[in-house]
Amino acid sequence: MIELKNVHFSYGEKPVLQNITFSVSSSESVVIMGPSGSGKSTILRLILGLECPQHGEILFDDENIATMKEKHKREIRKAIGMVFQDGALFDSLSVWENVGYYLLEHTRLSDEEIGRKAVEMLGFVGLNADEIIDKLPEHLSGGMQRRVAIGRALLSTNPRVMLYDEPTTGLDPQSAENVCNLIRKLQSEKSISTIVVTHQIADAIGLADRFVVIYAGELVFDGNLEQLRDSDDQRVRDFLAPFKSSFGEVAEKKFVG
Amino acid sequence: MPLLRVFNRWLKNFASETQELFFFSLKMILALFRRPFYIPETMEQLYILGFGSLYLVVLTGIFAGQGFALAFSTELADFGAKNYLGRIIAISIIRELGPVLTALMIAARVASGITAEIGAMKTSNQIDAMIAFGIDPIRKVAVPRFIALILMVPALTIICDFISLLGAWIIAIFISHITSTVYWSAVFERLVFGNLFVGILKPIVFSFIIAFVACYKGFSSEGGTKGVGRATTESVVLSSITILVVNFFITKVVFSLIKGYL
Ligand SMILES: Nc1ncnc2c1ncn2[C@@H]1O[C@H](COP(=O)(O)OP(=O)(O)OP(=O)(O)O)[C@@H](O)[C@H]1O
Ligand SMILES: [Mg+2]
Repeated sequence: MIELKNVHFSYGEKPVLQNITFSVSSSESVVIMGPSGSGKSTILRLILGLECPQHGEILFDDENIATMKEKHKREIRKAIGMVFQDGALFDSLSVWENVGYYLLEHTRLSDEEIGRKAVEMLGFVGLNADEIIDKLPEHLSGGMQRRVAIGRALLSTNPRVMLYDEPTTGLDPQSAENVCNLIRKLQSEKSISTIVVTHQIADAIGLADRFVVIYAGELVFDGNLEQLRDSDDQRVRDFLAPFKSSFGEVAEKKFVG
Repeated sequence: MPLLRVFNRWLKNFASETQELFFFSLKMILALFRRPFYIPETMEQLYILGFGSLYLVVLTGIFAGQGFALAFSTELADFGAKNYLGRIIAISIIRELGPVLTALMIAARVASGITAEIGAMKTSNQIDAMIAFGIDPIRKVAVPRFIALILMVPALTIICDFISLLGAWIIAIFISHITSTVYWSAVFERLVFGNLFVGILKPIVFSFIIAFVACYKGFSSEGGTKGVGRATTESVVLSSITILVVNFFITKVVFSLIKGYL
């Protein structure tokens, strides 16, 4: 489905990613972890074709996004949903217009119908639609904005790939749980390939079929939970050290329960 | 030679930016003719740019016309040529003052707005979000403003011309004491093809300049809020200067090409 092969990327002179290779098959869910600034968001931007790698290939259904024409990229992006790290809501549009953005742009549905779907979606992400539907994003709290952003990414006709950049950061535990359930539900029901960037180890364990750890622009780990727990790569251990207790706990729960 | 190095770098930046601006402008022109067309966005911009700038253009026009007429009328009176006031006013307003003043006013009011808006969308990742939805931000954001400028700058220029002529007329009858008939017949005598052609060609060219510079500066702004501020200033300065320079060259070229019609 999505495959990165030997991807190198730098912003100007500054190298950000070196030799990144990993793949996500259809209806698989991969969690990318790594310290701040290691290049996780950049990987998602590369997959969307927002940036172009200096070397390597980024394949979407065996077509290389890196060398594609802009028009072709636009078509492919319609099948990809993305939740940006900072939400990136359209601040001049109301909440329902944000959530219904894909439908407003790419379908001929009526406003009422899109509004109805938006309300449904807002309920889905745990927001009280009646209260916020006509508000502008700036009048929402940070956590609410994030959930609107998730709703916006999800409400498209048929996403085949979903990219989430730290979807649960800054949410209260209940909402975070809801969002995780939502991501899982979508992935299994609609067999969507999912890539989630997150720092929340508990969410990661709940969501991931596979883990990828990025450290200073290099891929240092690619494998499942057991392999991650037993990894003897020092960089992986260092990254996981602070989570060790919760890691054990949640991992235990998952294996036992 | 640090000075030489600085100059060298400046020259390189200038060259690369000119090149980028050129390619960006090409993209905008191509996008103008490609689907999808964003009609509601374009209507909104027509309203914002057109009606929003009307009061500014009216104020500018009336005072510029009066100021000009005042200055000329005393001068002409010395030669006993007061009756020619209408001719001079018509030529200078329709060929030079109307187009340039209107364009400068719109550069100040609208170019800054466009750059700031697009720049803010860029810093807050809204442009990227749009792209992620499979939308071309040039078509969606830049082209509606471009179309609005192409239509509104000439329209506002015509309004500005008319208001300026009215302003000058007030001076003509109350201060220069020439009759309305004399003033207006002198004005109409100069409303010939050449003058009107120049008077409408200029605002069309200026609208392209404002649209290209304002959108380009917005889309290329970098470095957060501060960067947007810088881009906005640069947008107004660059478009204003370009308007003045291009105005000179249009006048020059037109003079040599269609002199017989002026
Ligand atoms: N527009 C940009 N221009 C230059 N450098 C950038 C730009 N965006 C990101 N970088 C650099 O690229 C590197 C990777 O950034 P990225 O946003 O991918 O990190 P991240 O892993 O997502 O971090 P975080 O967990 O904090 O979100 C960072 O060192 C950052 O300084
Ligand atoms: Mg990030």
